[in-house]
Parts: sequence; structure tokens; C-alpha cells
Amino acid sequence: MTDIATTPAVARTARSEAMRRALFRFRQSKLSIVGAVMVFLVLFFTAFGGLLAPYPEHVAGGVDTANRFLAPSVGHPFGTNELGQDVLSLVMAGTTVSVAAGFAVVLIGTLIGTTVGAIAGFNGGWIDEVLMRLSDLMLTIPGLILAMAVAAALGPGFVNMILAISLSWWPGYARLVRGEVISAREEVYVSAARAIGASPARVLFRHILPNIVSPVIVKMSLDMGFAILTVAALGFIGIGVRPPTPEWGTLLSISRSYMPDFWWTAIFPGLAMFLAVFGFNLLGDGLRDVLDPRARR
Amino acid sequence: MLEIQGVTRVFPARRGMFGQGAEVRALTDVTLSIREGESFGLVGESGSGKTTLTRQILRLDTPTSGIIRFEGKDMATLSPAALRALRAQIQIVFQDPYASLNPRMSVHDIVTEPMLIHRDLLGLNRRQRTDRATELLDLVGLGPQHLYRYPHEFSGGQRQRICIARALAPGPRLILLDEPTSALDVSVQAQVLNLLIDLQKRLNLTYFFISHDLGVIRYICDRVALIYRGEIVEKGDTRSVFDAPQSDYARELLAAMPEVRVPD
Ligand SMILES: Nc1ncnc2c1ncn2[C@@H]1O[C@H](COP(=O)(O)OP(=O)(O)OP(=O)(O)O)[C@@H](O)[C@H]1O
Ligand SMILES: [Mg+2]
Repeated sequence: MTDIATTPAVARTARSEAMRRALFRFRQSKLSIVGAVMVFLVLFFTAFGGLLAPYPEHVAGGVDTANRFLAPSVGHPFGTNELGQDVLSLVMAGTTVSVAAGFAVVLIGTLIGTTVGAIAGFNGGWIDEVLMRLSDLMLTIPGLILAMAVAAALGPGFVNMILAISLSWWPGYARLVRGEVISAREEVYVSAARAIGASPARVLFRHILPNIVSPVIVKMSLDMGFAILTVAALGFIGIGVRPPTPEWGTLLSISRSYMPDFWWTAIFPGLAMFLAVFGFNLLGDGLRDVLDPRARR
Repeated sequence: MLEIQGVTRVFPARRGMFGQGAEVRALTDVTLSIREGESFGLVGESGSGKTTLTRQILRLDTPTSGIIRFEGKDMATLSPAALRALRAQIQIVFQDPYASLNPRMSVHDIVTEPMLIHRDLLGLNRRQRTDRATELLDLVGLGPQHLYRYPHEFSGGQRQRICIARALAPGPRLILLDEPTSALDVSVQAQVLNLLIDLQKRLNLTYFFISHDLGVIRYICDRVALIYRGEIVEKGDTRSVFDAPQSDYARELLAAMPEVRVPD
């Protein structure tokens, strides 16, 4: 019986081998590594940006009118703004709000979308029909407009903004998850689970959902960048986070009137946004190669 | 033990973008009865409806018409709870061992899941389930060191052993074997086959054995039925079907058989 002669050592290498191959796929593309590093930096500033800011009093809203519009220098590497606040400090602290809001949006969107998509795909029939029409309807309303409507109805603010964007965010996940659930439902191991008497809930939670997390995680990472942009866009048009809480979109919005003379007030928040969005997209592409090699282009 | 009476399954025509497809008659008036303790063989070419028949028996799919009785009880009329209890009695081993194990579950979780689902029936606590899983692995020729591994770490033959252990876990009396060796290497086929024969003797199992391989059927089965395009064209004792086939299809099939290969 040669086929059962596998020793523990052999099997352990089999697992680390799979791991190594996945890492290799990831590392093969230099860009995914760059993306991972960028995301790491972004997350680092999300956690510690406010604490490490050289001028914490400016982050809290303090002004220094004597030092307005200083060009970038050693003391103020990103210069100062119209209130004499250190732009570097604001950008660092702004990471927290922008990234946390983006993450909250993606997370809420994923939760709602996965729930809707899983129920629709698993049950099929009229439930599927109704839920998917509903999500198609949501897809037809541009996210920004919906967010503005919600802000108009509930008033501006951090939580309302997140809720508003999430509302337009979940249908993408619902569609993705529904498709994945429908194809996973036909897998032989799902038939096997039903044949041993597993309840529908067990089939869904134990056999179907764990097998569709990879594409969802990839989409979350790819969406993070866009969510951060949407949050900033709402800040830019003034219905997101209010000053003095620093947020990239708001910073950009205020500084646009001082362009191009005081370019540093706009360039640096913009650059931070660009790097965060780019990083999450690169990471998402890399993750897709590792977790979901079928979808490789 | 299992009575299949006049079972017909018609898949309705799929309405596609390019007009209406034709309906598929996968099974037509299939009548078979399987006796306790025997090995009943079902032979038929690809697409003849063998897998569809197993799905009707397991009630993963509902026949268009016809009745399936297990121990005299019509499966269509059972309450969900009674059906679940009955599922402990009828188990299946699928054709493709690469597709029939959930890649995200360890062998331990795969083999203990039926015991968890039927815990009211079996009355095993967590410890006892793990112990029983170890026993079952031993029974199918795997060791305790395999318990916490994942399916991708195993060869095809090993995976099919895991599938067999899972099928045995709820203590079934009837096992449907849907071409259990056809996806395996030739060298491994005989091992798995011998394991199945050995298990049947030890555990008093009844087998419904589906295969392309007439040699295997002849070696294992007491009785056999031939299915052609969803219809049973011949059934009877294995010996009489092989020695004196009645239908044209059976004669053709036997003539085309290169030579009966009996595994050692
Ligand atoms: N869900 C379905 N919808 C429509 N047609 C189906 C469905 N399932 C099976 N069929 C059709 O029923 C027929 C019988 O299929 P089945 O899988 O039972 O054959 P089989 O004898 O098991 O073949 P194989 O030896 O290749 O496994 C085929 O023509 C198949 O296309
Ligand atoms: Mg089949």
C-alpha cells in the first residue's frame, strides 16, 4: 500500500511547500511587494499618525498665524497652511480618519453585501430575484449622489458619511458573493454534506462560505483605495468630516483656493491619498495572484 | 432493503438566450430492488443516468415520478427530521475524490461531521467522536497522524479512503459507490477495491456499486443491472447476466469487454 506510506515529515513539507509557492507567486511581482510596503506604511500612520505628528497642537486645531504659508523647510517639511498649521502633522493625522473611514465603508459594504449575496445565491428562486433587483437598483444610483442625499437627510458627519457610502457599496459584494455561492453550491463536497444530513445553515456556513473568502478579500483590498477616495471626495465637497479634524479630502478642499502659489498645502495631502490608493490596489492585485490564481490576467 | 419503483427523472428544458433546449430524460421507469447484505452492481456508459439515480436515492434531487422506499418507508413522505435520521443509514462515496472533500476542513472535521450531525442518534461526545474518527481512519488504512491534515495533502487514493471513512462515520447500512475507483491510478484501484470488499464483510454493509468496469462488477457484485440511456435493459444474477445475456445491449457490452480483469 504505497499510497498511505506518507510520513508526517513529507506532509509537513507539502504544506510549507504550498505556502512557499504562494509566497513565491506574490514575490514574483515586485509591484505587489511595493504595494504591501505602502499599505504597511499607511496602516502604521493610521495607528500612530496622530501620536507621531511633530505639532500635535495643530492637529487638535491650534493655529499659529505668525507662520502662515511657510514653504517646505527643515522645520516644516511639508510647509504650513493658511492658519500656520504644520501640513506634515495634518497629513499624518489625517491618515487615521481617511483610512479608518475607508475601511469602515468596505467592511460594512462587505457585511451587507455578503449577507444579501449569500441569501440570494443559496436560496435562488424569488428571494434571489427580489434581492438582486434591489441591489441592481442601488447600483444605478451613483454613490456620491446617494451619499449627498443621505448627508442632506441625516446631516453631515463622520458616521453618516460612512453609512451613506456603505449603502452604495454593498451591491458589488452582493453580486460577487451570489455568483461564488451559486458555483460553490454545485460542488461535489456540498452534495456530500447534504447527503450526510447537514442542515442548510451548516452547508452554507461550513461548506460554502469558507470556500469563497478569497475573492472577497481580494475585492476588499482593491476597493479600499476607491473607498478612501470616495471618503476624500465627500470631504472635498464639504459633507464629510468637518475641520478641525484633519482628513485628506478636507485638507485638499481648503487648500485648492491657495493654488498654485502655496502648492504644498494641496500637493502633500493629494500625494498621501495617491500613495494609499495605489498601495491598496497593488496589494489587491498581488493577493489575487496568491489567493485566486484562476483570475490572473 | 431499498425499493426503486418506476422512477423517472426528466430535467425540464433550459430556456436559454438562443431559444428552448430539449428536455432531458435522464431516467425512465427505473425499477430495482436491493437486498440487505448484497452487492448490487449498476453498469452503464457515461451519461446513462447512473449518478442521477444515486441523487434520487439520496434525495438530493426529486424524481419526476416513481417511488423510492428504504425499509418500506417512502422517502418522499418523510418529515425533514425523519429524512435526516435516514441519511445516517444511506451513505455515498463519489467518483472524484478531488472534488468531494471540502478543501477548508481537516480530515478530523470531515470524518467527525456526520457524527456531529447525527449526535442524537449516535450519542457521541466530542472526545468519543475524535476517538471514533481515529478508529475509522485506521479501518480505511490511514494513521492518526493524518487526523489534522487537509485534503490537499493527500493522494487520490488516500482521499478516497477519507471519503470512505466519512461514509462509514454515521454507521450506515447501505453505501452507494458511484464509480469509486475510476478516478484513481490503476495501481491504487485494486487497493481501494479490496478495502471496500474487506469493509463489507466486516461491517455487514450493503453496496450499490456503480462502475464502467465489467471486470470489477463481476468480481464484487452478486446481482447486476445494466442501464442504457436512463432505462434498465437487463438485470439479474451477475453470473447469469454475464453467461447468458438477454438483451442486445448486454451482448454488445460483453463482446466489447477486452477480457475480464480480476484484481488480485
Ligand atoms: N441537473 C441536471 N440538469 C439537466 N440535465 C442533467 C442534470 N443532471 C444530469 N443531467 C443529464 O442527465 C444525463 C445523465 O447524467 P448522469 O450524470 O446521471 O450520467 P452518469 O451515468 O452518471 O455518467 P458518468 O458515467 O459520466 O458519470 C446526462 O445526459 C446529463 O446531461
Ligand atoms: Mg456519474
